[in-house]
Amino acid sequence: MKKIICFAFLVSIQLTAVAQSLLDELDKTVKPKKTYSTATFKSTRIINGHSVETIAKNHLDFRISHRFGMLNEGAYNFFGLDAATMRMGLEYGITDKLMIGVGRSTSQKTFDYFAKYKLLRQSSGPGGMPVSITALAAADAITLSSSPQLTFYSNVERFTYVGQLLIARKFNERLSLQISPTYIHSNRVEASSVPNDVVAIGIGGRIKISKRTSFNAEYFYRVPLNLPTGNIQNSPYYNSLSLGFDIETGGHVFQLHFTNSLGMIERQFITQTEGQWLKGDIHYGFNISRTFSFDKKRKL
Amino acid sequence: MKKGLLIILLGLFTANVFAQNQWICRKGETSFFSETPVENIAALNKSVVSLIDFSKGEIAVKMTMTDFKFQNHLMEEHFNENYMESEKYPTASFVGKIQEPIDISKNGTYDISAKGQLTMHGVTKERVLKGKLTVNNNEITLVSNFDVALKDHKIEIPTLVIAKIAEVIAIKDKFVYTKK
Repeated sequence: MKKIICFAFLVSIQLTAVAQSLLDELDKTVKPKKTYSTATFKSTRIINGHSVETIAKNHLDFRISHRFGMLNEGAYNFFGLDAATMRMGLEYGITDKLMIGVGRSTSQKTFDYFAKYKLLRQSSGPGGMPVSITALAAADAITLSSSPQLTFYSNVERFTYVGQLLIARKFNERLSLQISPTYIHSNRVEASSVPNDVVAIGIGGRIKISKRTSFNAEYFYRVPLNLPTGNIQNSPYYNSLSLGFDIETGGHVFQLHFTNSLGMIERQFITQTEGQWLKGDIHYGFNISRTFSFDKKRKL
Repeated sequence: MKKGLLIILLGLFTANVFAQNQWICRKGETSFFSETPVENIAALNKSVVSLIDFSKGEIAVKMTMTDFKFQNHLMEEHFNENYMESEKYPTASFVGKIQEPIDISKNGTYDISAKGQLTMHGVTKERVLKGKLTVNNNEITLVSNFDVALKDHKIEIPTLVIAKIAEVIAIKDKFVYTKK
């Protein structure tokens, strides 16, 4: 009799298993997949510096960025809005991992070029990865005519090179943080007290405050190096700090921010930031990004 | 005593038979289409999974929202980030009872409907979905078209893009099943 009860118990277990929702059964039969984190940041820039994001394959991003004068210039200069520097850029995704870009800044009539490659993508599931890592290689060339303040003896002297590793993690839907070790080499600097080589650590992040708006912050700390030309701390420049908002509207991303840097390329904002927040040397600025899809092949 | 054991063994056996009359689809296709005068938006998911249990007359469908591919990458990002909130609600599913009796041992096409729960964006709705089931030897194909109203599933469209996204989205499914 005991045996029968035991059997009956076993059978009832099996029957309940069958009666369970078909959906649960589906979950059991289908193996969990690796899922990649998307949209760690809304744009390819956090504010001035690059984010881990790249433009998707066959997509073109047209960027217009402005930085105005300083807030402490007062009412006569309309708190800096009378003066503006800008950068225009065309940036293209060759593959979903590799993008290239060119830009032209009004400041020192500078052309910049870069390539950015996604080395690792944050993912969950089997073989998950805790962070996304993107590598950036960039160069810029000052095309401003030689002057007594900044004399170029050859065209090579006009170039600056940048290598940067972007390491980011999307902690949850709202919070993403990034750390960006950076190395910058300028072939020519304007004074002997200014080092040719700069190592910096960038820290940036975003907090989404609504579905389409996020608050962003970014800081670049220049690591003091004991170089034969002098300690970096003696250089007449400051670390870059920027605070701003990303606002997304359909195909555009608007980035509005306050920063102590006037430039919009790595050499300018990491190694040549002249403003100090505490003195009110704060520039209002914005980036506008418009993405176009040329992906005709991905037919549906 | 022996009789009891026999009945129980029989019970075990039939339970196994029930479990075996299942058909599975691992690479099902679900597409949706939003049509407005301003812009048409379409996306396709090619890794939808579905299970039909003919002995119980039940069907289950499940898909991962991030598997939907768009022509415009930015749309894909907005779809996941702003509309479906894929991080919060990673999947959509349907589980229902098939209303009509079907004899899958005979080849042919059957009009079927399933009554059950459609879950999307974390909101579950009672729906009756219609489809066409084609039996062809060892393969069963299910084709289904239906509409989903965005407000039924609390999917909010901001006023700025209201002209670009249809209030009712047309959904098409094509699932090919093989015996599990």
